[in-house]
Amino acid sequence: MKLGILVNEGPYQHQASDTAYQFTKAALAKGHEIFRVFFYNDGVNNGTRLSVPPQDDRNITQQWSQLAEEHKLDLVVCIAAAQRRGILDENEAKRHGKDSSNLAPGFRISGLGQLIEAGIQADRLVVFGD
Amino acid sequence: MSTPMPSEPWEEQEKDPAVKKFMYVNRRAPYGTIYALESLEVVLIAAAFEQDVSLVFLDDGVYQLKKGQDTKSIGMKNFSPTYRALEGYDVEKLYVEKESLWTRGLTEDDLVVPVQVVSREELRELMDQQEVILSF
Repeated sequence: MKLGILVNEGPYQHQASDTAYQFTKAALAKGHEIFRVFFYNDGVNNGTRLSVPPQDDRNITQQWSQLAEEHKLDLVVCIAAAQRRGILDENEAKRHGKDSSNLAPGFRISGLGQLIEAGIQADRLVVFGD
Repeated sequence: MSTPMPSEPWEEQEKDPAVKKFMYVNRRAPYGTIYALESLEVVLIAAAFEQDVSLVFLDDGVYQLKKGQDTKSIGMKNFSPTYRALEGYDVEKLYVEKESLWTRGLTEDDLVVPVQVVSREELRELMDQQEVILSF
């Protein structure tokens, strides 16, 4: 089955991203295709490479980056939601005159159209949030 | 079985694969959290994709459509007029759950746009018919 994943909550504060990650991993292991993982609302905060969780805790962003690398996942952070929360890739940082970017490897910033496209193209869109 | 045109796998299941039934479920008050505003932002972008869109307002989400919102003193933008613009985006199916209105002492007359008031049971049936449900 072709799946779209939507993550609507930030890391650590909420378990949605952990659950979405476990679900995505399990789906891949079962041979399903992940069309795209889209991060919206506070979910965009999963895309910062600047978080430093305690060493004995999971690093949620790194987990996503690794999974993306292993399975060529398309991890998309909503640009509108990301901008108001300070999640920027290099281009966006430059465009808005910011002194740094913080988007983690394996993530890309794009528009909400990517979420709608996932809804259209995937057999199921699975939403993780509150 | 003959196939007149080469087709993608998903095209075999539906007549028009490009149009799906999308439902946006709004469950939260308009202010206090950003869910209502960012849900509306999705709906506005999604309109360009010409899908079969419906919006549902239930629980505290019915307050999103409440007339007479005045946000000056909380320093936030009153985005409720945008719901009136949805018609211009061909978003015309707005459902409000009857029970949610009732328990909050609201009626259809308290809302900024014409809506279809449906019972929880009717809403269940509507949800059953959807292909993509986004809940905020």
